[in-house]
Amino acid sequence: MSIKVENLIKKFGKKTVIDNVSFEVQDGETLAIVGFSGSGKSTILKLISGLIEKDNGEIITSDGDIAMVFQYSALFDSLNVADNISFALRERKDLRAKYTQEEIDDIVNQKLELVGLKGIEKLYPAELSGGMQKRVSFARAIVTNPNTILYDEPTAGLDPISSTLIEDYIVRLKEQTNAASIVVTHQMSTITRTADRVIMLYDGKIVFEGTPDQLLKQDTPYTKQFVTASLEGPMQMQS
Amino acid sequence: MGLVSKYYKQSATYKIFKGVSGLFVEFLDTLGKLSETGYHLLICLFKYKIDKKELLEQCERFGVSSLPITLSIVAMTSVIIASQVALEMVKQGGGNFIGMMMTILIVRELAVIMSGFAIISMIGSSLASEIATMRVTEQIDAIKVLKVDPIAHLFIPRVLSGIIMMPFVTIIASMVGVLAGAITSDVFAGLSYRAYFDSAWLGVYMKDLWVSLLKAVFFGGTIALISCTCGYFASGGAKGVGLATTKAVVWSFVAIVIWDMLFAIAFFF
Repeated sequence: MSIKVENLIKKFGKKTVIDNVSFEVQDGETLAIVGFSGSGKSTILKLISGLIEKDNGEIITSDGDIAMVFQYSALFDSLNVADNISFALRERKDLRAKYTQEEIDDIVNQKLELVGLKGIEKLYPAELSGGMQKRVSFARAIVTNPNTILYDEPTAGLDPISSTLIEDYIVRLKEQTNAASIVVTHQMSTITRTADRVIMLYDGKIVFEGTPDQLLKQDTPYTKQFVTASLEGPMQMQS
Repeated sequence: MGLVSKYYKQSATYKIFKGVSGLFVEFLDTLGKLSETGYHLLICLFKYKIDKKELLEQCERFGVSSLPITLSIVAMTSVIIASQVALEMVKQGGGNFIGMMMTILIVRELAVIMSGFAIISMIGSSLASEIATMRVTEQIDAIKVLKVDPIAHLFIPRVLSGIIMMPFVTIIASMVGVLAGAITSDVFAGLSYRAYFDSAWLGVYMKDLWVSLLKAVFFGGTIALISCTCGYFASGGAKGVGLATTKAVVWSFVAIVIWDMLFAIAFFF
């Protein structure tokens, strides 16, 4: 077990955003969390990564680092690509004394090679395309060899080819690191190409749990509405 | 009852009260956040190694980049004061005291407070908007997820640079201010440089100099801490960045005037 979430509750003011949610993700497994905008998907990632505090419930993760790939990459725009990737190695108290500059350079090159971007170490985030920024943020996230990787809408705003490339990297990273991964997305191609299992959230609750194939079968009113992108169904967006 | 309430809410008294109470709540909120980040920063200072390269970069930004504007403002303020006062004092037979008066004014107050105002406008606003942008673009979240303390990483070099550089800025601004006063007195009142500088040091004591430098240390640290804190707690996209910058500028102005008043009471009352 790498991630175990039990009876998780999170409220913002009076609104319950995550309402008694439980799931598990094993090592080497990718779970996709899908649902409407505002259904609480990204909040779950922020709770797991410790960016926000839970109100109730349990989040248990294996020892080791948790990495997160942010929706808009969140690269440090004042640092070049190499400094972005090596940030944790240079700044983290427990890692700073561990590596020499040569070792850090080697690690940066390895990670850049892994995401297919060798030779851009000196460029700044503003000089990169959206897809390249996303891949650099992948490299930054895996620099400490985490055993949990969280992806917040990794393919949002990308063209179909860039999306396919990112999806391939998600699969490749899982194979190479054996990390437990959670992908928050509403893009069907990302779900079918990267996920082993899917949970669907609506109004802070899990309304579907199964494989991508089961999602595509549209056996429940929720999966039917989601896959067909219909306005008719049990899920209503707040206007 | 509802009608009375409706009319009351439209009244000037209600609006003034609402505005003042809103400002008071914001003041308390900012004070709370400052205590939180200030306390955390103090702990970080003992726990973390200072990044010397980043500290030097921030010192260059705080002390060197701001210097042309700071010195221009202090020099122009000296010119304004000297041009209004010098001729009158010469007419009244007090020409020999112009240098002393200008030096006391500049060393005790003008150099440090005008430098503070210039640095708030130039550096404080830029610190706040920089950190606020990092907040709204999730860069601060990314720092946290990478298990680096964002307050240690962002605040330490910026606040230390304020504490280190502000006294230097104040010293240079004092010299430029005194010199600008001498030139103005010569041009407007025909007072010789010799007469100006002979009296310049008569009324200035060591206490004035070190109180001014101590004030500069407090001003520099306060401006940097308030600006970083306002940026750090920003939310809500571009509008949030703008609001954080405005807050940083307003509360920095208020804070250094309060410090100045406390220093005046503590050392010169």
